Parts: sequence; structure tokens; C-alpha cells
Amino acid sequence: MNGDALRVELGRRYRFVASHRLHSQRLTEEENYRVFGKCNNPYGHGHNYVLEVSLSGRIDPATGMIANLADLDAFVERHVLEEFDHRSLNEDVAAFRHKVPTTENLCIEIFHRLKHFPHAQLELVRIQETGNNSFEYAGNTEGDRL
Amino acid sequence: MVLLTRKIEFSASHFYHNPNLSAEENRRIFGKCNNPHGHGHNYTLEVTVAGEPDPVTGMVLDLKELKEILESEVMKRMDHRHLNYEVPELAGQIPTCENIARVIWQLLEPRITQGKLHRVRLYESPDLFADCYRNGASGAGN
Ligand SMILES: [Zn+2]
Repeated sequence: MNGDALRVELGRRYRFVASHRLHSQRLTEEENYRVFGKCNNPYGHGHNYVLEVSLSGRIDPATGMIANLADLDAFVERHVLEEFDHRSLNEDVAAFRHKVPTTENLCIEIFHRLKHFPHAQLELVRIQETGNNSFEYAGNTEGDRL
Repeated sequence: MVLLTRKIEFSASHFYHNPNLSAEENRRIFGKCNNPHGHGHNYTLEVTVAGEPDPVTGMVLDLKELKEILESEVMKRMDHRHLNYEVPELAGQIPTCENIARVIWQLLEPRITQGKLHRVRLYESPDLFADCYRNGASGAGN
């Protein structure tokens, strides 16, 4: 049994709360309402988001870890949570000024922010918007895998 | 191909300490996980097996059999044990989620003869887990 034939990924969950409004500047009022329904209500609404990240890498024999959790937590805090938690995604996050803050787009935005984590390879971002729906992005779009 | 997952829970204690490092380095790297008398977790293990359903039974493998394998390979070894002292497969390794998941994979893979072991996911807490796959099998990231 060769341990090198195995791949181990580290998974970590974070929580943040934020509001959003689904509204596209490229659609009319009526179209926006038809497409987004109550998610288009003008003052927005919020969710308790659960962010899950998976990272791969070699397990350092000295620590038994793919990445030190303190490093990972600090990186996610600085690059995502500080800016997103208890905020309006539409108003407070520049990336969503002109992009609809669906959880699909949120996954992609967070993937881009976390893929530069220096100690392990980001494999997957998964976001639970509510207990009933979740979204995943593995960087599989052109240019996302460096 | 169908994936089938069985979940079990066990409780165990551990601490993180590398004897090749100084006390200060151990403290810096492992934080309170370095406390010498250890601490414990309720671990949740999810074992996923991939295969085609048998045309007669409709099953990838008999869940009763999987349950027995998990009982003998994991529960007997790890449940209500101290992972640093009582699990020989972990000797010389820091008993992190990553290492325990890999050891569980190595224990289970040869025992699963119907279907193929696809993923071992071990939760140390609801917010921290490790996944183990055989390289080349599709994981979360590809
Ligand atoms: Zn612990």
C-alpha cells in the first residue's frame, strides 16, 4: 500500500451573513422581476452563508497537515470574511457593482480571492446559501487553473 | 456507476506534538492542540464506495457487510481511544484529520471487495474535515 498513490484534501467551513439583491442592469424592471422574483425586491434580503473550501497538497510529515489552520483561517478572514461578513454584497463588494451577486458568482469571486493561498492548492469553493441550496466552483473555467 | 455512503461516529482523544521540535516550536505550530494531556473530538466518518448495482440484489455492496468492516477496522481501533497511544497505524504520525483519514483509507481499501472505495471523509468538527481519494479518481476538485 503506497501512501503516495493517495490524495488528501483539507476541508474547512466558514460562516458569514450578508445581504444581496438580484438585479441585472441589462434587464428591464419587468424582466428583472420575472427572472429574479422576490430576490429582486428593491431593498434586498440576506442569508447565512456557509463557505466551504477544499485544498490539496502534501501532508507535511513534521506537522501532519496540508496547511496550518491558523494560516488558512487568517487568509480567508483577510481576503473574504472581513469584506463580506455583515455587509451588502451589492453595495460593499466592488466585484458586484456590475455583476449580479448570485451565489454562483459569489463562488467564482471567492475562488479567485483564495486561489493565491500560498501553502496549498485550492481545489473547490462550495457555498451553502440556505440549508436547501448550495453551489460549487472548482476553478474549471478558462484561466482559473494556473 | 453509483456512489454509496455510510456514516459512522466515534469519539477519541489526541494531541499534536512533534518530538523533533522544541517546546516553543510545538506551541507555535500547534497552539492549544499541543496541550500535553490531550483533548477529544466526536469524529464523523463518511465512507463512499463506487460501483455498479448487482443485477440480482440491486446493491453495490451489502451495507451490513460495510457496517461490519467499519466496526472491525475503525470502531474497534479508534472509538474511545487515545489516537497518539493506542492506534499502532498512527504511530510516529501527528494524528491530524489528514493523517487519520489516510490511515482509515489504508485500512478499508483492501477490505472492500465489492465496488471500490471512492472517498473517505473524516470530520473532526462540523467545520473541519479531510477527504482521501486514490490519485486519479475524481475528487472534489476535478
Ligand atoms: Zn483536536
